[in-house]
Amino acid sequence: MRFLDFEQPIAELEAKIEELRNVSSDNELNINDEITRLEGKSSALIDQIFSKLNAWQISQLARHPQRPYTLDYIDQIFTDFEELHGDRAYADDAAIVGGVARLDDKPVMVIGQQKGRDTKEKVKRNFGMPRPEGYRKAMRLMKMAERFKMPILTFIDTPGAYPGIGAEERGQSEAIARNLFVMSELRTPIICTVIGEGGSGGALAIGVGDRILMLQYSTYSVISPEGCASILWKSAEKASDAAEALGLTSTRLRELGLIDRIIEEPRGAAHRDPAQIASSVKLALLEELEVLQGLDMESLLKQRYERLMGFGRYNERS
Amino acid sequence: MNWFEKLLPTRIRTETNTKKSIPEGLWTKCGGCSAVLYRTELERNSDVCMKCGHHHRIGARRRLDLFLDETDREEIGAELEPIDILKFKDSKKYKDRLTQSQKSTEETDALIAMKGKLKGMPLTAVAFEFSFMGGSMGSVVGERFVRAANISLEERIPMVCFSASGGARMQEALFSLMQMAKTSAVLAKMSKEGIPFISVMTDPTMGGVSASFAMLGDVNVAEPNALIGFAGPRVIEQTVRETLPEGFQRSEFLLEHGAIDMIVSRLELRDRLANLLAMLGNKTLQS
Repeated sequence: MRFLDFEQPIAELEAKIEELRNVSSDNELNINDEITRLEGKSSALIDQIFSKLNAWQISQLARHPQRPYTLDYIDQIFTDFEELHGDRAYADDAAIVGGVARLDDKPVMVIGQQKGRDTKEKVKRNFGMPRPEGYRKAMRLMKMAERFKMPILTFIDTPGAYPGIGAEERGQSEAIARNLFVMSELRTPIICTVIGEGGSGGALAIGVGDRILMLQYSTYSVISPEGCASILWKSAEKASDAAEALGLTSTRLRELGLIDRIIEEPRGAAHRDPAQIASSVKLALLEELEVLQGLDMESLLKQRYERLMGFGRYNERS
Repeated sequence: MNWFEKLLPTRIRTETNTKKSIPEGLWTKCGGCSAVLYRTELERNSDVCMKCGHHHRIGARRRLDLFLDETDREEIGAELEPIDILKFKDSKKYKDRLTQSQKSTEETDALIAMKGKLKGMPLTAVAFEFSFMGGSMGSVVGERFVRAANISLEERIPMVCFSASGGARMQEALFSLMQMAKTSAVLAKMSKEGIPFISVMTDPTMGGVSASFAMLGDVNVAEPNALIGFAGPRVIEQTVRETLPEGFQRSEFLLEHGAIDMIVSRLELRDRLANLLAMLGNKTLQS
């Protein structure tokens, strides 16, 4: 287990527990008692620390190197997954994965940004930063889902769209814009779940739908805290202030009415119990899907459109 | 006053004062070729340099004034005003930034929307005020865009958008990101209804504005040498750690890479867009 700075007290306690476990001793009973006591203490400590996380700490959890990624969820939630590759025009972007799978027997289209675990995988996945061909692949699969009447389930986890020369040459802006345009009127239910980092336009490009869910310790923002800090505070070190100001946490965004549902994470965040978070995500998807599939297509599209038109807060002088 | 002038007796200092009596802004330097240009003449030429053709940035009202017929203009969504929903504060409060921009530009937000005519053809036109917080897109910008589009939908008249923006407005956080989805959705509706949307990208059109309605024109037009792209050149340079190719993210680069249909000089915009819209609407153009 890797621990973040603010988790150090937990790390120390757990190291102690680990140490005790490795002690071979005659009076095992006493040691087991001690372990149980410390485990209880550790749980209480985690609860205490996690009950008052600030926005910057949550941003770090959202990017935790051990946090479950899209393919982990696909593996745990769905069966019969067949990955589909390529945008049919230029390349296959490994920063976005997608394909058909079954969710409790029902065929669905699953699409999500994918980060890498080790260095080689990180490079292959471009750190979860898609290029235009990734968004175009996603769009191809979404249109296919519409044709075959499959709901679309997206998993959002990206620092943002890749800022590269080739990405600009191949029309990064248009690729993102086109997805927003197309997703607004796809004739099939769309549920988007932010599982880690919801990074700006690169996240939104697979984030227009009928329901927007967020994992408790994921983030969704117009710009990264570091980016915002370096522009507005002229110092990337103010990232913590920026995170707070941007209100990028699930609770804040739920209060503002920008997302529909928060999926609670296991004690100490998703990476501590990938099986449990996967089953919570699955349950939420099934529940939301049932509601959406109960609507006729015109009501579904009308609701989606009205939701989109309702975004924004302003004053209106009479 | 510099140190030398301070040393001079007051009588001799008067020279500085006479300098001030020359009207300011009579002459201006071209941002492209540095030629000194007569301001009035430059304005008469739509702020396009007479020597090198450089397109200077112009404000939203002037843009619409140059573009639309003189009669039958009507502003859309002027009653909308931005609010600081998040109580956003960086080195300055968002509220104060708003007040400051409103004072200096005499506009309430960064997009002006109008209904009007182009060579007799009714249409809606929206234009960005870049000097209002970098033309950034927040809730008011998105809503004005949608209201103009809704008039286009109701009256079945085309829409033209002149972009000049750094992207989404950070101070409205996720609300501003959602304006990308909102504006793109209304364009999808227009597209389905067969109502033309022409996007004119001017210097600069970046970030969330570029990655939503600006790239979604039935026809995408750019003014010459405008900076257009998703990520800013500095961000890209820092990421890829190499020097960017000459002319990167400029209109000519976009044309070459197939992102836009044409580059049109500001001096010809009215004629070319009228010609296009007449054909898209199957109309004959009044001469």
